Amino acid sequence: MSTHSRAAARFVADAARTAWHDGALWTVRAKRDRMAQSVPEWEALRAASSAIKRHTLSHLGHYLELFERNASANGMQVHWAADADEMNRIVGEIVAAHGGRNLIKSKSMLSEECGLTPYLLARGVDAVESDLGERIMQLLHRPPSHIVLPAIAVKREEVGELFERVWHTAAGNSDPAYLTHEARRHLRGKFLGADIAMTGVNFAIAEAGAFAVCTNEGNADLGTSFPDLHIAIMGLEKVIPDYRALAVFTRLLARSATGQPVTTYTSLYRRPAAGKQIHVVIVDNGRTESLANEAHRNMLKCLRCGACMNTCPVYRRSGGATYSYFIPGPLGINLGMLRSPERYHGNVSACSLCYSCSEVCPAKIDLGEQIYAWRQELDGEGLADARKKLAVKAMNFAMRAPGRFYGAIALGRFAGRLPHGVLNNRLNPWYGSGRDMPRFAPRTFDALWKAGLVRKACGTSDDSNPEKHRQTP
Amino acid sequence: MKVGLFIPCYINAVYPEVGEASYRLLASLGLDVDYPTGQTCCGQPMANAGFERDARPLAERMERLFAAYDYVVGPSASCVVFVKEGYPRLLDGYREHACIDARIYEICEFVHDVVRPAKLGACFPHKVSLHNSCHGVRKLGLSTPGELNVPYRSKLRDLLEMVDGVEVCEPSRRDECCGFGGMFSAEENAVSIRMGRDKLRDHLATGAEYITGADSSCLMHMQGIIDHDRLPIRTLHIVQILASNL
Repeated sequence: MSTHSRAAARFVADAARTAWHDGALWTVRAKRDRMAQSVPEWEALRAASSAIKRHTLSHLGHYLELFERNASANGMQVHWAADADEMNRIVGEIVAAHGGRNLIKSKSMLSEECGLTPYLLARGVDAVESDLGERIMQLLHRPPSHIVLPAIAVKREEVGELFERVWHTAAGNSDPAYLTHEARRHLRGKFLGADIAMTGVNFAIAEAGAFAVCTNEGNADLGTSFPDLHIAIMGLEKVIPDYRALAVFTRLLARSATGQPVTTYTSLYRRPAAGKQIHVVIVDNGRTESLANEAHRNMLKCLRCGACMNTCPVYRRSGGATYSYFIPGPLGINLGMLRSPERYHGNVSACSLCYSCSEVCPAKIDLGEQIYAWRQELDGEGLADARKKLAVKAMNFAMRAPGRFYGAIALGRFAGRLPHGVLNNRLNPWYGSGRDMPRFAPRTFDALWKAGLVRKACGTSDDSNPEKHRQTP
Repeated sequence: MKVGLFIPCYINAVYPEVGEASYRLLASLGLDVDYPTGQTCCGQPMANAGFERDARPLAERMERLFAAYDYVVGPSASCVVFVKEGYPRLLDGYREHACIDARIYEICEFVHDVVRPAKLGACFPHKVSLHNSCHGVRKLGLSTPGELNVPYRSKLRDLLEMVDGVEVCEPSRRDECCGFGGMFSAEENAVSIRMGRDKLRDHLATGAEYITGADSSCLMHMQGIIDHDRLPIRTLHIVQILASNL
C-alpha cells in the first residue's frame, strides 16, 4: 500500500466529510465547465496558451533576460536564486537591509515550496498570510490542502472554533459573514502596520518588465499599498513574452480555477512609486532540471489554477493532506516526482487514469499521461511496491501461455464455490470496504467457441452469412 | 473483410456472454467473424500498474494471433486503447499502419464508424443509464468529454437509439470516473470503492434498471458493490443490448 492509499483510507472512513469535500470541489468544477462552455473559442485559447508556454520555455533564457533588462530599466531590482536556500537568504537580506519586522504576504506556492515563511519567522520577522484561506491554515499550523482554495478541507465550524481560540470571537458562532468580518478586522491591523509586502507572481511580462498578481480578495493590492518595500518571488517558468500573451492567460486562469470570468483583482506592477522599492527574486529550484526532462517538461507550463485538483475524482475523495508532497492532486503527483521520486513516489498510486485532469488543464498539460509514465519509471528506480510487482509477475506468467491462463481460471472457478466470506473479507484488497468478488463463468468464451457453441447459437456455423441489415460504407 | 474477435481476459473468464453477444452482433451485420483461440490478455493490467515493459511478450502474442485479420474488434474500450497507445512502444520491429494497433477497434466504434448499419433489429424495452467509461470517452472519443467545449455527441447513444424500446439516460456527472482503474482498484481500494458507490448513487438516481457501457471492467467493479450493497440495479455490457433478440 502506498503512503497515499493508507492516508486516503483514513480520510474516506469519514463518509460525511468525504461527501462534503467531494461536493464542494465538484461545484467548482461545474462552475468551471459553465465558464468554459460560455467562451466559444475556449479550446483555441487552451491551445494558444499551451503553445505560448512551449515557445517561452524553449526560449527561456532569452525571455528571462529580457524581463530582467526591462524590469531593471523600470526601476525594479532583480535577483536570481538557484535554489530554495538562496531565495530565502536573498529575501532575508533584503528584509534586513530595509529594516522592519512586519511582513504582509499574499499567497505564493513558491513560498510554500521553499519554506520561506518558517525561515522568516525563525529570524524574528512576523510574516502574516493575508489571503483568508492561507491565514486560516497559518493559524491552524497546517499546510494548505489546495493551491487555490487552501482551507477547502476545513469546515466553517472548525474555523469558528479556531477564531474563538485565537481572537476570542463569539462562542459557537460559525456564520461565514461574521467570521470573515472578524478575520478582516484582525488582518486590517496587520496591513496597516506592515513594513514589508510580499507577493508571488502569476505572470512576468518580458517585453514590459512588469508582473501580474491575481487575487480575489485584493489582499496583494492592499498589502503592497502601504510599505515602501515590495518583494515579489517567482519561479522562472512564470515569464511570458508580452501583454498579448497575458490576455490569453487572464481569460483562462480564473475560469479554470474558480469558474469566474476573471480574478477580482488582476494587478500589474511595473515601476516602484517614488521613494519605494520593488525587488523581484527569480527562482530556479530544480526547474531547469525539469526543463531538461523531455518526458515531463510540460509540467513547467502550469498556471497554478488548481483545475486538475477540482476535477480529480481521487483528490476530491481523499483531500490534500493525504499527499506527501506539499502540492496535492495530479499536479502535485507530477511535481513531487520531479522533485524527488524517492521521497514522493507514494502519491503515484493516487490516480485511476481517468485523464480528466488532462482535459481541464488550461495549458493542455498531459497530467494523466505523465502519471502513467512515472509509474513505468518506478521499477527501474527500485521503488515499485513489492506486493504489486509480485502480483504483476504472477499475472504475466499466467498470461504468457494459454494453458496456464485457462488453468488459473479453473482454479478461480473452484475458489468461487467456497463460502462467500472466504473470499469476500477485508484481507482481500478487492473486497475492501464492501465489493464482492466477480464469479467466474462455468465455461470461458474460449471453451464455448472451441465447442462450436457460439456460432451454433447464432446459426452461423454453416458459414451462412446473411447480408441482412448491411449498409455499404 | 475478415474480423478477428478480441476477447479480453476477464471477459473470457467472467463474462463469456459479452463475447457471445459481440459475435452475434457482428455476425448479424453480415460480417465474417472469427475468434482466434488461445487468447489471454492484452497486457493493460500490468502496464497501468507500472510494468508496461512486462507486457511485451503479450503484445507480441496479440500481434501474431491477429496478423491475418483486416479488423480486430473487441468489447472493451480500455483494452483497445492500450493496444492502440501502448503497442507502438512495445512491439519488436513496430511499423506504423502495419501492426495490430492500426486495425483494432472497440466494438461500438467499429459498428458506428466502419459498419454504419441503417438498423440493428435489436429490442430492449428497458430504461438504461449510460456508463461513459474514462478511456472510452477521453481516449477513444466514444462520447464527448464533459470538460471540453465541443459539440456533444455519443456513439453509444447513437447505437442505442437504433434499439427498439430502450430508454437511455445518463448520470448527472456524465463521465465521472467510477473508480475501477485496474490495479488502482486494489491498491487504493478505499477511494476506489467510495468512487464506485458515488457513481452508483448517480446511476440509481436516473431510475434506470440497468447500467450499460462499453467497458466490462467498470461494470464488474460496480457490480461487486451492487452485489455487496444489494442495490436495485444491474450492469449489462452495451453489446448485450445491441444484440438482444438477434
